[in-house]
Order: sequence, then structure tokens, then C-alpha cells
Amino acid sequence: MSQHIEQVRHVCSLGALQSVLAIERAVPVLHAGPGCGQKLWGALGFQNGCQGSGYIGGHSVPCTNIGEKEVIFGGDERLRDIVENALQVLDADLFVILTGCTSDIVGDDVGQVAQSFQKQGKPVVFVETGGFKGTNLFGHELVLDAIIDQYLQPAEAVEPGLVNIWSVVPFHDPFWVGNLKEIQSLVAELGLTPNSIFGPGNGLDALAQVPKAQFNLLISPWVGLKNVKHLEAKFGTPYLHYPVLPIGPTETNKFLRSLGQYAGVDAEKVEQIIKKHEVDYYYYIERSADVLLETRLLPRRFITIADSFYSLGIAKFLINDLGLLPETQYITDGVGEDYQGDIEAEFKNFADGITANVVFNNDGGAVHEDIRAIKFRGRPLLIGSAWEKVLAEEINGYQLSVSMPVSDRLVLNRAYVGYGGALRLVEDIYSVVLDDFQ
Amino acid sequence: MAINLQSSEAPTRENRLGSITGYKGTIRDLVEQGSCGSLKNKERCFSQASACSSSCAQFYLSAILDAAIVIHGPVGCAADTVGANTNRKWGESIRGWKHTNVNIITTDMVEEDTVFGAIEKLKNAVREAYRRFSPKAIFVTTSCVSGIIGEDVKSALDELQEEIPVPLAPVFCEGFRSKVWASGFDAALHAIMTAVVKPPLEKTNKVNIINFTGSARKEITETLARFGLEPVFIVPFSTIEQLSKISESAATLSICGTLGSYLGNALQQQYGVPYIQTLQPHGTAGMDSWLRGLGLATGKEAEVEVYIIEEKERVAIELAEVREKLKGYTAVVGMGPSFGHNYIRTLQELGVEVIWGATWHFDPVHDNGMSPEATRLLSKGEADIPVSIADQQNFEVINLLNRLKPDLYIGRHPGTTVWATKMGIPSIMIADEFSAYGYQGLVDFGYRLVDIVTNRNLAKNLALHVKLPYTKWWLEQDSFKFLQEEVV
Repeated sequence: MSQHIEQVRHVCSLGALQSVLAIERAVPVLHAGPGCGQKLWGALGFQNGCQGSGYIGGHSVPCTNIGEKEVIFGGDERLRDIVENALQVLDADLFVILTGCTSDIVGDDVGQVAQSFQKQGKPVVFVETGGFKGTNLFGHELVLDAIIDQYLQPAEAVEPGLVNIWSVVPFHDPFWVGNLKEIQSLVAELGLTPNSIFGPGNGLDALAQVPKAQFNLLISPWVGLKNVKHLEAKFGTPYLHYPVLPIGPTETNKFLRSLGQYAGVDAEKVEQIIKKHEVDYYYYIERSADVLLETRLLPRRFITIADSFYSLGIAKFLINDLGLLPETQYITDGVGEDYQGDIEAEFKNFADGITANVVFNNDGGAVHEDIRAIKFRGRPLLIGSAWEKVLAEEINGYQLSVSMPVSDRLVLNRAYVGYGGALRLVEDIYSVVLDDFQ
Repeated sequence: MAINLQSSEAPTRENRLGSITGYKGTIRDLVEQGSCGSLKNKERCFSQASACSSSCAQFYLSAILDAAIVIHGPVGCAADTVGANTNRKWGESIRGWKHTNVNIITTDMVEEDTVFGAIEKLKNAVREAYRRFSPKAIFVTTSCVSGIIGEDVKSALDELQEEIPVPLAPVFCEGFRSKVWASGFDAALHAIMTAVVKPPLEKTNKVNIINFTGSARKEITETLARFGLEPVFIVPFSTIEQLSKISESAATLSICGTLGSYLGNALQQQYGVPYIQTLQPHGTAGMDSWLRGLGLATGKEAEVEVYIIEEKERVAIELAEVREKLKGYTAVVGMGPSFGHNYIRTLQELGVEVIWGATWHFDPVHDNGMSPEATRLLSKGEADIPVSIADQQNFEVINLLNRLKPDLYIGRHPGTTVWATKMGIPSIMIADEFSAYGYQGLVDFGYRLVDIVTNRNLAKNLALHVKLPYTKWWLEQDSFKFLQEEVV
């Protein structure tokens, strides 16, 4: 039973059209109303780190633009026409049909339409992502499952050292490209061969590699768990689930050690890699320590109002590495009840026995009401989305947008994951503090 | 056909005005067919994501400072509230106001709601919107889902009206109902007319200016002060109180013929507020006609003529200079119909040759029963300009641009200008409705064009390094291959 939502921080399942666009030369084909594409791209892309159409997104996405006629008489024929013509007009290698609310309620047989193309050997798959089914994070998992079921072929042999990376949700996390590249870079340092289907330069070649992997690496509190289990069931590929997005040395060290141990990498080698990164990271922290410590300015307490990746990952960094203290943390990406327990446990597990309360709530308005009631000593740091800017003014806090919607920043290849990512985060937080009064 | 304010909803543009989203031909043919009622719509058997009424309705209402919106649908239909919030902050910023977030709640309809209905959920959301925002009015927008499952939003609000002491108005804007996204503006304006606007208690010297974000507020206020008039900028960044009194104004002007038609004509019909339906105030001829229309309606003809002469003298030299620099350039325009036809004229005034006009829909008549002034004027011009109509449809526009290879592309509406730029064509997106406003604005706009043809490096470099998402096959086809000949 859902409740009303004020201040959207996610969109509906059809928003997973952006996950398709994140696969190079794949294109979503929407069987939906005329407005869905623009609205969802607007929220997940244009108004979220300034992520635009790119190669084939935005208003290039083919859509049946369902009208009254299709609602009354059904839209199968129109979908067939659109897919048929899309195959001729658009230069793409994989066409993923996604349905919107209308077709899922009216009962169009999209599977049949997709199969009629599949039988002709065309690269067409379908997935029913009617908006009322869930969030775009839920939709992201549905899209991956559909691709696994309808497109991926079993591998002839497993390639040792090949690791598929499953982590942040493309577009929803505006830093997804940088983050995925950083994860791949870390994995490669261990001597493994990382493979990601999302992001520039990957695309269908990477997709073809997926069934050949030695194991799947899921770095996520919950999104994607269904998919790696599915890959295990279908191709027998085992998976390592690392439930925290590693930001900063404490967590990234832990991540590298876990991964190294799982993959059988020589422990000494892992420690050397860690040491090298720590030397680099601490050079900068040592150099900025005077300012961080000896001015009156660094906030002592923080609140995250973010998706589960950032809420947990950033909390770990701010507490374990930067020495800040947590107020209540708010997670807004619609975490299912099954997953909440494990995430809450992570929030009870910080250095020196520090714990944080976490509230799962998609309703930003209710979250803001909660926060207004907190008595703060000193100015708090709000790590959230652009919705929080007005609240920060009210409660005299500092605010940085990292979680959708990040409508107030341009994001290109910035990453927050890892050692370098943590330094970016410190720069961004402290620049907010300095900008506030100068 | 008179506007019917007794009905709970505004008819879509197709039904009310005979508006179309599929056509290819010339401006004279378009006007001829439009005026003798033989203009039929054509469909396309290939299409790309367009836009829906719901986004126009919600976007427009979201910036009423003290109103709230409840979006009755799944969470995706509220995805546009992120952009609406950014827009609200822009408008607050240029006015030097404190920032606020939009007052919007969505009922977040989920699967079980589609089976069992969600009227109770809607009522709770409306109560919650009242509690959180203390609004002076609450608008409830509908969605494809609420429409298909037959949610009786009107009755729910009638029942709630007993509990909640501010106007509760339904806004019927289901995405599937209209191919013309501008129908959403009409839905919002119908709600405002029927639930907010009150009969006049007095007549004032105010002039309603129907617009979007109001960047030219200062200039317009100064200009109208010359005629003893005071502008009220509606609907965004106004209050419910201000909107309730628009029936008292001396006249209504609109920055956009498409946007203003429903409200302007309704105010005239219902309350006798003259609606000035001339050209838009872009370009000299446009500004002349706008001001003269205002002068005529308010008895200020003499003052207006003095002002016009002064202003034109002031910019005469600069205008001649910039026209000289733009001589010989060709352009294609891609915008909504009223902006499109007005900008074609404006570009012609700057000496630019417009070789094609693509508009995102076309209203053969506005709500006064007459064909749009700007369109009629173009049809009487020297050139019978080739025109096409599509609910954007980039595949068609890009094919056209590839064929025509204009020097310039001037667009309006998100997701169009970037494509022309990637083809190496210097392009401008008219995001601000007051670009090229007035005599000085025309000169400034001219210089904006000069700038983009002077340094073409962004467009040039992009074109060298990116690939268009279209097959070689498509770029070789006739642009209108998928425009179906049969009438639907």
C-alpha cells in the first residue's frame, strides 16, 4: 500500500528506458502515452546532472504515442508498425520494447509483437514496465531480467578473471559513468577483467560477455540482487554481493579485501594496492586538515536524504573517515521490506560503535517535516537532492545535491566512488561551506 | 463556437478548434484549407516520443505561488515536477524573491489502485495538500490511468469541498486524450476560469499579460505606464487573489497566441474584457500590432503612436546594421504554431530567408473563430513558404534539415535544437518567451543570430565527432514517407 509522495526522488518503472539508453547502441521503444518519454527523461536526465539526449535518447526514442484510438481498440498494430519502422529508421543494435500504464491495463499483447520480430531474427526484446508497477529502480531490474531471458546466450566456456560489474543505476545516479569507470579501474588493479554493459564504449560487445564471466560483482544495497540471482540460476555464474557503495579509504579498503579474497587474489598484492591509494588520499587530507579543523566551519552533524547507494555509502565515509556524526538518515528509493533489515544493520555498524537511525520514506515532504523538528546544535550538513535547498535555508544548514534530482549541477565524468571520489566529495562539501559566506 | 464554462472540462483542441498534428504543404494551402474547413489531420506510422497535455497543465499551474496541485496518477506522471521546480526557482530568482519548492503531491497510484480505484487515496492526498501547503486553491490533475479506470475526480472534489474551504478544481488532462499537448494549457485555464476567477467588482487600469516566466516584466511595466496602464503577469508567479480579479482588467494581451486563446476569449466572452488577438510582440510589425491593439481597446491610440515612433527611431540605426550583417542567411524554424509563424515573420524582418516552417501542431482557428493573425499575414506574403506540421518528430525534422541545409535553425520546445546543432547547423532555442520582444529585442535577437554564425565551432566540432541515430537509408528517404495519406 503506497502513500502519496511530495518531491519525487524517483520515477515509475517505465523510467528504466534510461537504463536501456545506458547500453551503447541499444534503444528503448515505448508503447506508452505521448508524454511519458519526455517526463521521465526530464527527471532522470535533463534535470539530473544535465544528462541530455545523447546518441538516441530524449525525443529520438520511438514511441507509439498512445491515443484514444489505441485505448479503445488496442495498440498492438500500432506497436508493430512502430517497431517495424524503427528497425529501418534508427541505427541501433538492440530494440527494447517497454510498456507504459495504458497498454498494461488495456492488455495489449506486447510479447506476441516482440516474438514476431524475434522469429525473424531481429534484435527485439520486450518488458512490461507499466508505471503503476513500481519505481524506476524496480523497472531497472525488470529490464535486466528481460535482457537476460530473451537476449543473452549461454557461454561456451567461462573466462577466468572476467567479472561483470553491477552497481549504481544509470541516469538515476547522475555520477553513474564516473562511478562505474572507477569501480572498473579498481577491479582491474586487482588483476581481474571488469566488464560493464553500461556506459560509453561498452554496449553489446560487453553484453555478449556477460554469460562468460567467472563471477558477478554486485555493489549495491539492494538494486540488482534479483538480477545476479537470475544470472546464477540461468548460467550458473556465482556472485559476490557487496552491499555498500565504497566511498573513501575505510570502505574501499574493505571492498578491495573482500573482492580480493573472493577472487583468490594474493592478499599481499591487495595490501600494496591499498597502501598506494592511501598514501595518495592522505596527502590531500593532511594538506587540507588545517582548514577542515582549524576554522569554525566544518559541520559536525549530517543528514542524508538520498537513495540507498548514497545514503549508506556517504554515511560510511563521513563517519568512518571524516569524523562527522549522523543525525537521522533518510532513504528515498522505495526499498522493499525484505531488504530493509540488512540495510538498517549496516547503519548500526560504524567505527567506534557509532550508530544511526534510518528511515525509509519516499515522501520528501514528510521527511522535511521530520527534519524541521530536530534540534540542531551548529549548522547541519544536508546531503540530498535539489529539493533540500529550500529546507537548508530554513534550518540554516549546508546543502549538497548528490541524489536525484540533482537539477542544480552539471555532471560529466565526476565520480564519488573510491579514493579519488571521496576527495571529490570533500571538495564539493567544503566548497559549499566556503561559498556560503564569501 | 463559444467557450462553454458550464462544462467541467475544456474540449481538446482537435475537438474544439479542428487542430491537427500532421500536414505537409505550404502556408497558403494551409490557410486556405483551414478556412474552408477541409483541413484534415494526417497520422504517421512511425513516431517518436512527443509530449502530453498533463505536462503543459501541471507546468503552467505549478508556478501559481499559493496554489497546490495533486497529481492523481502513478509517480511517473509527476516526473515533470522536477523541471517545474527548477522553473519556479528561475522565476523567483529573476524577481529577487526567496526560493520555494512547488506545492505538489502525487497520489502515487500503484497496481492495486488500478484494480480497486483510488478515490479515498485522492481525498487523503487533497487533505494532506491543504495541511502542508495552506494553499488558496487546489488543482487536481488527471492521468492516463485515472482516466482509463474511470476515477470520478469531479464528484470526489465536490464531496471534499464541504471540508476544505478553498476552491478544489479538477484539471482533465489525461495524456491519451489529445495529440496536441497545448490542450493541457486549456485544461488548466478552464479550471482557473471556472474555480478561481470571480465576476468583476470594479473595472481597473490593469492589463492581463498571459505569459510564461516574465523576463520582460520591467520593460512592459515601463511601457504600459506610458499609457496609464499596469500589467498583471499571469498565470505563473501570480497569486490566486490576483487571478480571481483578472475579470476586472481593461484588456488582455498574450505573449503567445496558442497559449492565450482559451483564457483571453473566455474572459472576453464572460466578463467583457477585450482580448487583443493581434500578432505576437516579436519583430517590429508584431510589436506595432500588439501596442495598437492595446491602444484601441483602452482608448490610448494617440499615446501608443507617440511611443511607437520614439522607439523605432531609437533602434533604427542598430536595426539597419544588424540587418546588413544577416543578409543572405537562410533559416528553418521549428516551434509551436503561434511562435513558429510569428518568428518566421520576425526572421524575415531581420532579412533572413525562412525556407521552411515546421510547427508542432496547427490551430486552423483560435477561440474567436478566426484563423490566427500571424498565419494569415504569412499567407499573404511574397513567398509561399513550405510548411509542415508534426508533434515534433525529430526523424522528420532532421531528414528535412539534411535536405535543406539551412544556415540557421531556430527552435522552441525541449529536445529539438540539439539535433540541428549536431548536424553542424548553428541553432538557437527560444527558451525565453520574451526573446526578440519589442523593438530593442528585435535588434538584440539579430545580434544573437550574428554571434552564432560568427563562431560556429561548437556545432562544427559536434558534427565532426558525433553520429546521428538515423540509418543512411532513412536520410535518403522523402522526409514525409511516414505521413499517411489516408484521413483518420
